[in-house]
Amino acid sequence: MAKLTLDDLRKLRDEKKQTMNQRDADNKSAEVIIGMGTCGIAAGAKGVFDAFLDELEKAGIQNVTIKQTGCMGLCFSEPTVEVACEDMPRVVYGNVDEKTARRIVREHLEGKSLVSDHIFDKPSTDIIKGDK
Amino acid sequence: MAYKNYILVCAGTACESNKGKALYEALKKEIAVAGLEADVQLVKTGCFGFCEQGPIVKILPDETFYVKVGPKDAKEIVNEHMVKGRKVERLVYKEHPEANDPRSEDISFYRKQLRIVLRNCAVINPEIIDEYIARDGYGALEKALFDMTPDDVLNEIKESGLRGRGGAGFPTGTKWGFTKGTAADQKYIVCNADEGDPGAYMDRSVLEGDPHSVLEAMSIAGYTVGANKGFIYIRAEYPLAIDRLNNAMAQAREYGLLGDNILGTDFSFDIEIRLGAGAFVCGEETALLASIEGKRGMPIPRPPFPAVKGLWGKPTVINNVETWANIPVILLKGAKWFNSIGTETSKGTKVFALTGKINNSGLIEVPMGTTLRDIIFDIGGGIAGGKKFKAAQTGGPSGGCITPEFLDTPIDYETLQQIGSMMGSGGMIVMDEDDCMIDVTKFYLEFTVDESCGKCAPCRIGGRTCYNILDRISKGLGEMEDLQKLKDISHAMRKASLCGLGQTAPNPIMSTLKYFPEEYRAHIEDKKCPAGKCKELISFTINDKCVGCTACARVCPVSCIEGEVKKTHVIDQEKCIKCGQCYNTCKFEAIDRV
Repeated sequence: MAKLTLDDLRKLRDEKKQTMNQRDADNKSAEVIIGMGTCGIAAGAKGVFDAFLDELEKAGIQNVTIKQTGCMGLCFSEPTVEVACEDMPRVVYGNVDEKTARRIVREHLEGKSLVSDHIFDKPSTDIIKGDK
Repeated sequence: MAYKNYILVCAGTACESNKGKALYEALKKEIAVAGLEADVQLVKTGCFGFCEQGPIVKILPDETFYVKVGPKDAKEIVNEHMVKGRKVERLVYKEHPEANDPRSEDISFYRKQLRIVLRNCAVINPEIIDEYIARDGYGALEKALFDMTPDDVLNEIKESGLRGRGGAGFPTGTKWGFTKGTAADQKYIVCNADEGDPGAYMDRSVLEGDPHSVLEAMSIAGYTVGANKGFIYIRAEYPLAIDRLNNAMAQAREYGLLGDNILGTDFSFDIEIRLGAGAFVCGEETALLASIEGKRGMPIPRPPFPAVKGLWGKPTVINNVETWANIPVILLKGAKWFNSIGTETSKGTKVFALTGKINNSGLIEVPMGTTLRDIIFDIGGGIAGGKKFKAAQTGGPSGGCITPEFLDTPIDYETLQQIGSMMGSGGMIVMDEDDCMIDVTKFYLEFTVDESCGKCAPCRIGGRTCYNILDRISKGLGEMEDLQKLKDISHAMRKASLCGLGQTAPNPIMSTLKYFPEEYRAHIEDKKCPAGKCKELISFTINDKCVGCTACARVCPVSCIEGEVKKTHVIDQEKCIKCGQCYNTCKFEAIDRV
């Protein structure tokens, strides 16, 4: 991309705000966000990432985006994974090992029910407005 | 088909013991009675913190937060909230802000946290600049370049009341003002990412989770003070943070948000990374600048301050990662919004790395003025294993201890200093009754002795001498006169050391001497370590409760426990290394630690 002018930057921001809003822009109805800071990776987040990919493929689910992000601060329960799925509340899962990742795919993404014993509370409200 | 409502019941250990299980069963029954199994999902969750108010129940999707919920409340929650959609007001957590509180829309009070610095951490993908931009990223730079003069920006930062988050708390706006007011052909902006306090990792998390916020803030400072060149000094032990910074810088350059003629204006600014080799003293700003210049990382006396005469003798703004991460938000939301948060003297929030004997260790961000009780018991979920809180250590090797009597003190720069600790970079280590304060103090002194650059005598010799005295005390070889010696040397180090490292190195000693004199006395006079930590002062013996189960003999790493099955065992004191494994393994309280 060429260097941005002020107008370009504003346009890009509006565009991206919308795409972050509408997860189904390219037919994706759910998003799995994996905490991949040093702490998450040390706790096994890379294996969890692969487990999600593998289980989604096995289940034949194609409309899920998997993303990485930084540390949420819930270090006692790493690896942490946030799941946003159509028609369901966004939740944060903690202590997600590969087995739990596969459960999340089957129970949450496929079965539309929350996975017991792994839900944690998001630490705070978002101060940035207009993107969710 | 998704459920309409979700009832989350906390099944953390604290809530579980608080009848969380009975509550779960009661809710399950009521849901069945009401015939709502297809509409409501009942889910067990991990600890939400807030354990003193447990058991906690949270309803999704409307985010209702119920506290102190008992099994008898289950019926009302199901019949009222699930069936009729009316909240059970008497159970809703109440600590509502005042009506005109400008923060009210930004804080959910039960969570106690407010994320300014960590606003994008765990929200955006740090490797994609578009996601940062979508969350108003580079909006502050845009505002500065097109709608504000450098003086406007400076005034905004001054008015916000932001103070340096690296530890000392110097007003950021004043610092920028010095650099701005000094005429020079070249000025520099530096980011101090040489995070070195034991147990602290907030800077790393910000750089890994939201690198662009630091880049944007440094550019804003460049515009404000008239600098076109920046350096990020980061320790080489943070490879992931370095990768993400490099990636972020490349993306910003591609977009024209770093480099020549940013956003088509005549403002140019670029940043380079410098790797530190992990020397603690290089977190001190003059030593850090020397290290960037390629010299040995040793501090020089101030003044002149780097703001006036810094990198290669040029005026240099140097701020810590967390300070930088605040800047874009201040410009976007305004100084007024920012300075409405916090206390009289300390505005905004502080990130703490909560570690030690705490249930929910992690990275937290709270408004200045939050009490230690809120941090430890509500956010942190209390002390691990139900033990008693003894002290919290803040400020790392330069800090001190906060004891139970100060649990309700609102934390800011001044109050912490008054009680003999300091804000520091934000490490907070929680200790319980099993932690020996002499042992902890010795650990910190060992650290500062190791990290002293050796340039000035008070730090080099004083630190070593203090460590030796503490070591003697911990081995039961101390004398009461040692306490006065410790005080005298500490005083001299504070007054005469060249830089912050030596000046603050005695703080852990002064703090523990003040708050735990009886523990020092026990080590010196009674030759006892009350917490059972100092190996030379404890011994393990087996009493007659022993049933001869052999569990202790099997875990002993040096095989010093002898005895036949079903007969009382004996520990060979000569061979015992006092590791305490037998003590932790015994189920019959048959091992005494004295």
